[in-house]
Amino acid sequence: MSTLLTILIDGLIYGAWLFLVAAGLTLIFGVMKVLNIAHGNLYAIGAYVAATAMGYWFADRPPSFAAFAIQLGTAVVAGTALGLALDRGVLRRLRGRDEVSLALATYALLLVLDDVIQFIWGTSAYPASAPYGLLGSSEINGLRFNNYEFVLLAAAAAVGLLLWWLLQRTRTGRCLAAIIRDPEMSGAMGIDVERLYLATFMLGAVLAALGGALTAPMIQVAPGLGAEVIVVTFAVIVIGGMGSIPGAAVGALVVGLARAATIHLFPFAEVFIVYAVMALVLAVRPEGLFPQAALRKI
Amino acid sequence: MNSLRRTDASLLGLLAVLCAAAFIAPSWLMSLLAVALAKGLVALGLLLLLRAGLVPFGHALYYCLGGYVAGLGTPWLGIRDTLLLLALASLLSGAVAFAAGFLMRRYRGIFFAMLSMALSMILYGVLLKSQSLGSSDGFTVARASFFAMQTAGVGAIRSVYLLTAVVTLLAAWGVSRYLTTAMGHVGPAIRENEVRVEYLGCSPSRVIHREYTASGALAGGAGALVAILVGQVDPGMGFWMTSGEFVFIAILAGAGGIWGSLAAAFVLEGIHALAFEYAPQYWKFVLGATLLLLIVRFPSGLSSMLANRAGARS
Amino acid sequence: MSSAPLLETRGLTVRFGAVVAVNKVSVRIDRGDVVGLIGTNGAGKTTFLNMVTGYLRPTGGEILLEGRSTLGRSPRELVAHGMARSFQVPQLFPAMTVREHLLFALALADGSAGALLKPLHSAQRQARADEVLGRFGLQAIGERPVNLVPQGQRKLIDIAMALSLKPRLLLLDEPTSGVSSAEKMPLMEVVFDVIRASGVTVLFVEHDMDVVRRYVTRILAFRDGSMIADGAPGDVMRDAQVASAVLRGRAPAALAKAGAA
Repeated sequence: MSTLLTILIDGLIYGAWLFLVAAGLTLIFGVMKVLNIAHGNLYAIGAYVAATAMGYWFADRPPSFAAFAIQLGTAVVAGTALGLALDRGVLRRLRGRDEVSLALATYALLLVLDDVIQFIWGTSAYPASAPYGLLGSSEINGLRFNNYEFVLLAAAAAVGLLLWWLLQRTRTGRCLAAIIRDPEMSGAMGIDVERLYLATFMLGAVLAALGGALTAPMIQVAPGLGAEVIVVTFAVIVIGGMGSIPGAAVGALVVGLARAATIHLFPFAEVFIVYAVMALVLAVRPEGLFPQAALRKI
Repeated sequence: MNSLRRTDASLLGLLAVLCAAAFIAPSWLMSLLAVALAKGLVALGLLLLLRAGLVPFGHALYYCLGGYVAGLGTPWLGIRDTLLLLALASLLSGAVAFAAGFLMRRYRGIFFAMLSMALSMILYGVLLKSQSLGSSDGFTVARASFFAMQTAGVGAIRSVYLLTAVVTLLAAWGVSRYLTTAMGHVGPAIRENEVRVEYLGCSPSRVIHREYTASGALAGGAGALVAILVGQVDPGMGFWMTSGEFVFIAILAGAGGIWGSLAAAFVLEGIHALAFEYAPQYWKFVLGATLLLLIVRFPSGLSSMLANRAGARS
Repeated sequence: MSSAPLLETRGLTVRFGAVVAVNKVSVRIDRGDVVGLIGTNGAGKTTFLNMVTGYLRPTGGEILLEGRSTLGRSPRELVAHGMARSFQVPQLFPAMTVREHLLFALALADGSAGALLKPLHSAQRQARADEVLGRFGLQAIGERPVNLVPQGQRKLIDIAMALSLKPRLLLLDEPTSGVSSAEKMPLMEVVFDVIRASGVTVLFVEHDMDVVRRYVTRILAFRDGSMIADGAPGDVMRDAQVASAVLRGRAPAALAKAGAA
């Protein structure tokens, strides 16, 4: 069944991409209870910065593996800077507010950042194709795959491992787990909650920017990049359970495979499939697949 | 009750002023006012949801639908009469809201907000891709026509302006009455303590479903009015940017009842006009920054509207 | 009068992971009963109540209200079938005044579209609200926002709303918790005055044995999720298991007195 294999590979790749973007979003929500609706813009800025940097670097040079270094480097720099600016500038003033108010603030940030992107980079497209042809291509089952797409897979796996190690094996991770359960109590126990909030948001921003930077060579880096991303990413983290990183991985995989299947088998349903899957999961498990435990209210 | 009479009188007074203005105001002002009133109409519907603690991030869906129905009514169904088109647009938007309501009524908070956004993105995507509907350019809409009398030029603008004023203020009157009823108090009760509402034998979901449907119909009507006024529809009407304007109005209106909603719509259009003069490219920035300012600087107004305060902490 | 019980549970069980919070509880409550539910913290009393009132789904067993199963029914449906409850922490609406709580409850109790679409503050409803406020001794604070009302009166408002629904079965979760000892008895007197006048069947969770002794016709004792005793107050209070599990530290004289009451 060559179609099945194709769907599997396509699904894995798309799932990997989804996880890259969703991991940061779900991490930020899990720790800070902030649904960062501007996450798509952070992704877009990551793509733009990487594309611009690569544009400069490769203006007179042939494509080389330096591209990956640039992608990683720009993502870290851009993500850290943005994370710092947004958390310190806006989110810090809204600590403890209800979830909807926080989401509204990030919605406002979406509006602001969209025009900031337009201001800096204008409306033209930025090519970033330098690394795209570097790794050649493979033929699987009679279909050509550009090996760059497997970089996404590797990156997603790396990010997943990194986050797992961070959350399960480090002291910081345990502190984060405590904050997730009860921020007030954690602060009372001596955990520097503010610093960890900042660190979490910066990490989330870096992950988003990295997603954008890695994706840049595969697409048109042009206006509108961020808008579509946020809704699909939201669907993924809802399916997986908001705040859960394993959930984001499973959700990404499920959505990735579903979408791949749709593209190859029922192309007209492509627009709806993500939301259909989300609606289906929510109908059976309203809190997602790996929800955070809820406290008894009455 | 005294305050009810006062509200009725004020609405009537406002209507009189707006109608009088129709004969002395220049057409650009009438257009501006008409758009502001139409957005006020959307805000009135949103007020109901906001009182229940629900902020739909994608309500432009119904506004856009209404506009497209009004625009397609003439070429597809041969309907020329503006009143009929308005009714049709509201009805169809209301019907779609009723259908979507079965899903939306089960969610609260951010889920509700993002599901709403997702639905509007789906519509936007569909409209963008459909060649027959003009894709990203949209298409033109016929000028207003009442009882087989076709209007043109300033007359067209004036007639739609007057219609919008009447419709919006009528809706404001209806909403103000609704807010005094027991059912009108269920929304805030849901926001404050949904469990208690259930244990008083009332289904929060059903009330939310009704209010969601009504707000969809109102937004659809508003979209139709603007489409006929401006003579143009395009997918941008359903884009999250338009929803952003509605969210802005909702937040600015806060807990101010119908007057808050109407005033907020006017403020939005005022800022919009100013921004258009000085920085037309950066409307999103202006809107977003102002929204942020509101959220950060005026927490109590916002929180009293949105925060869920189920008993435990007190 | 039919002999079918008003409320019956059979083997009612609920598990949270490995913890069995309520373990095969079977109980019959008949019309007119006033039943006290006692047990230490964590014994499963509120969890039991939450299942009976449709807030929590059991993992096993049955609940029958007037012979009909309530499994899968929402709290709203159960209220429509004549059940009402109050809460350990009074569940009120912070922005409403005391009077508005009653107006709201009365409007929802009626439930018809006509009642719901009338203004909340209609004259007819105001009169009925005044009457309820009077019976609960809340007239003086009618216009006060409920946020500024002390705990004892918050409890009364919570219970008053439940009684406004004219239920056949009333469930109260620790009606006197958080209320000072001096206020407990007066509070319960007020509540039971209304209860006796309305003839509603009552099941209430309570820690204060004086309160329990004074009002109940029957006691259910819980321990670690299981029901260890069910019967007349005298018998249950003298039961050795109950004594060690629930009535710890009580002098034998007090027990004997309780037995004789």
